[in-house]
Amino acid sequence: MKLLLSNLVVVVSLLLGMPLIGIGQESENLDQRIFLLTNELRCLVCQNQSLAESEAALAVDLKNKVVKLIEQGKTDDQIREYMVSRYGDFVLYDPPFKLKTMLLWWGPFLILLLMLIMAKSFVSNKKIITGSQSYTEEQLRNARKKLNE
Amino acid sequence: MIKYLSPLLVFIVLAGFLAKGLYLNPKEIPSPLIGKKIPDFKLSGLSKESPLVFSDDLLGEPFIINVFASWCGPCLDEHPILIELADTKAIHVFGLNYKDNSSNALNWLEKHGNPYQSIGVDPKGVVAIDFGVYGVPETFLIDSDGFIRFKHVGPLNRETINEIFKILEELPK
Amino acid sequence: MIPEIGNFLLMLALVVAVIQSVFPLVGASRGNFQLMSLAVTSGRLQFILILFSFFCLIYCFLFNDFSVLNVAKNSNSSLPWAYRIAASWGSHEGSMLLWLVMLSGWTFAVSIKSRQLPMEMLSRTIGVMGLISIGFLIFIIFTSNPFDRLLPAAADGADLNPLLQDPGMVIHPPMLYMGYVGCVVPFAFAIAALLGGRLDSTWARWSRPWTTYSWVFLTIGIALGSWWAYYELGWGGWWFWDPVENASFMPWLSATALMHSLAVSEKRGGFKAWTVLLAILTFALSLLGTFLVRSGVITSVHAFASDPARGIYILAFLVLVVGASFSLYAIRAPKVGVGGSFDVISREGALLANNILFLASTAAILLGTLYPLFLDALGLGKISVGPPYFDVIFVSIMTPAIFFMGIGPLAVWKKAEIPDLVFRLKWLMFIAGTAASICMFFAGKWSPLVILGVFLAFWIISSSFLVFFERFKSVSQSTNLTNIGVCRRLPLGFYGMLTAHFGVAVFIIGVTAVGGYEQEKDLKMRIGEGVQVENYIVRLDRFAEIKGPNFDSTVGVFSIFEDGNFIAVLKPEKRFYHVQQMPMTEAAIDSSVTRDLYLSLGEPLQDGSWIVRVYLKPFVGWIWAGAFVMALGGILAASDRRFRKLREEKVREKNLV
Repeated sequence: MKLLLSNLVVVVSLLLGMPLIGIGQESENLDQRIFLLTNELRCLVCQNQSLAESEAALAVDLKNKVVKLIEQGKTDDQIREYMVSRYGDFVLYDPPFKLKTMLLWWGPFLILLLMLIMAKSFVSNKKIITGSQSYTEEQLRNARKKLNE
Repeated sequence: MIKYLSPLLVFIVLAGFLAKGLYLNPKEIPSPLIGKKIPDFKLSGLSKESPLVFSDDLLGEPFIINVFASWCGPCLDEHPILIELADTKAIHVFGLNYKDNSSNALNWLEKHGNPYQSIGVDPKGVVAIDFGVYGVPETFLIDSDGFIRFKHVGPLNRETINEIFKILEELPK
Repeated sequence: MIPEIGNFLLMLALVVAVIQSVFPLVGASRGNFQLMSLAVTSGRLQFILILFSFFCLIYCFLFNDFSVLNVAKNSNSSLPWAYRIAASWGSHEGSMLLWLVMLSGWTFAVSIKSRQLPMEMLSRTIGVMGLISIGFLIFIIFTSNPFDRLLPAAADGADLNPLLQDPGMVIHPPMLYMGYVGCVVPFAFAIAALLGGRLDSTWARWSRPWTTYSWVFLTIGIALGSWWAYYELGWGGWWFWDPVENASFMPWLSATALMHSLAVSEKRGGFKAWTVLLAILTFALSLLGTFLVRSGVITSVHAFASDPARGIYILAFLVLVVGASFSLYAIRAPKVGVGGSFDVISREGALLANNILFLASTAAILLGTLYPLFLDALGLGKISVGPPYFDVIFVSIMTPAIFFMGIGPLAVWKKAEIPDLVFRLKWLMFIAGTAASICMFFAGKWSPLVILGVFLAFWIISSSFLVFFERFKSVSQSTNLTNIGVCRRLPLGFYGMLTAHFGVAVFIIGVTAVGGYEQEKDLKMRIGEGVQVENYIVRLDRFAEIKGPNFDSTVGVFSIFEDGNFIAVLKPEKRFYHVQQMPMTEAAIDSSVTRDLYLSLGEPLQDGSWIVRVYLKPFVGWIWAGAFVMALGGILAASDRRFRKLREEKVREKNLV
């Protein structure tokens, strides 16, 4: 069982890690870059839309500004910084990780951990069948054979 | 026992925040520019004969920047208060004409009175972006060294004017 | 006259609701059958009263009674009749009445379908639903009355918001509310069970079909809303993590956890305290959603006109209902016990893991939705939490949940044979991995997220097939039925589970393909010009002007070519609605199984050209198809013979007595 658990842990943590890899890459493609950037910047005058989605006058101005800044060779981070220095963290749909957003980013995983600890009480005060990790390779082979029959 | 009480406790905390939230305005965005120096700008004046306005020229005395446009309804709402403020001659009021047609703006000022000692024209809203303007009208209080001390979004009212004067008094002379 | 009748019916309903809740609850605690018998009658009467009150409102809208404030604000004489009906739930007041119709409708259904319930249990359940009804009736009558008069009457109405003038408005809110409010049934059952101290597996069995049905409606409602936003808003997104969407998604996640937890409670007697908590939580989240949408504490694309008085009332009601429920839980649940024992590696184990992950993701969405409010309340400034946050957190938490989804049905109850399970899982991994690699090979380009998505989809599909064949084999070995006979022997609930899981796989494929391969182009186009997107050519042929019933429209006529062959004409519109003086974008979509080609008109430019948005969205239809397959699975599961048999057994018992 230890084997299975360790396997599971590896797989799960791999799967957990995978989505994180895809985020934050800078795209080479210009259209794609504009699209991604204006999607994560919030329109200030709308109820709740990104710059990309909005057709409000200010949103159009800011979109054009983004394009201009890209043409000037600014990086995505510099463009985000440009917006934040004028409008504050409010413009970022992707809240930056800092002291006051720590709970936001870690919270979900803390909650998960807390619930796992609580859930242990469902299981651990029951007897867990011991010796299950002592299956030999032969027993495993037999089991497989049985299954294939 | 705490295990069974925890949903209730979490909920009580949550409800407290929600109650507080009822008295907050989620649409009001504080400016990160407070305490920062105003961005440099160079703007042409409203009429053809008026000279260019440089940001540095305005420094030396505390002053107010008011972002306005002739197409903006709330600007008209705050206009009488601005005129009143201008009449006291207590402080220089600079008008930033935002994404407007200059002749419309001139007519508008002719009709309703001109509270501005000087006016800069920002037809494409470029300078306004540097000031983090997101809704007209907006009003900034700048101290003599060019640092932004206060910002108000939306039409001015007497309370905001009082607030502005309070901050002015506290400024080192 | 009609509005007064509607108003009167509401007041009458309030009186009946008081009877419906007080007498049966008192009766149940004293064992007084006469008092308890009031539950069913008053519950049904209440439904009839509210339904007719609702008809009165529809009548006012349909016949343009602009002396009613609500009608004057949200309708117009030139509005087509179907939208006039839909406008009756287009405003805050009307939608609250729709909510109430649904609530009393569910009460009615419980009163009809649950005659086999013990008298005490039934009266308590209906009584609890009556209490909720009282809260909402007071709210409607005193703060949001849809029948308030406008004197003098308006000459014509201010019209329904053009965004809402769409077939989606006719069907999406009723479906969504049906699901939202349906959460009240398992909640009422749970509270009744806590009050009566009867948390046994029969309680779980009663709750299951109700939970599943409300989950089905919620699923369909959310999917319709997403589809509507996709074609109506004109920028081709299907999910925005807007607070309103989150408000409906949180109860959905929690209801999903509840369904699975109920399965354990019913079959194994386990997780009882946990299941009760989930039932309360699901309804609490549905109430919280109502508060968030209607109080204005949070900015959203879809907020109703906010009014602090309403916010305070709903919050007070929320605190009362949820606070009382959680207090009751804290008092009674410790005596319930944990239920049957099981090993970590078992079906219970997998279901527990599923529950925890679903709940953690619900908590994460709640945290993300309210975090800006938390910071603001603490004076720490304003931030925004948007799709980038939710995407990362949600995918991270749900990925292992999907993984367990493949394992759960394969593991046996109580304690699974580990080597056996490992052996099968390794095969599944291999199959899913191979299938994903083949897909990636044909797709050409890929990203880690795409691989993950495709792998998970095949993981679910292959696991579902394996589960089916194993079950099939075990039945056919122990009986001498024909193949078809074996298929018929397998319970509907089993097929429901497989179907719903399969729906998740379909959904994941859609999400993955759109996320990984969608193409978006914002272009300047002139008449006669064509643009190429992948192997498609989109050509702007001409513009036409059209007059609608209450709008004018500029229609762009585009020809679409696939690999050089003409396939379709698309006509996106830019409408202008007269009454509200509001422009609207109507997208045009060419849909097929493997992709949507989506056109929407932007703004006209001074030089005569137009901004045109062209999107190519591969497999986007699978997102909603997946949701509907999930809902179908839910319907199958809820109509399992087992739940009907229970009824028959009870009736037989009664007859014997």
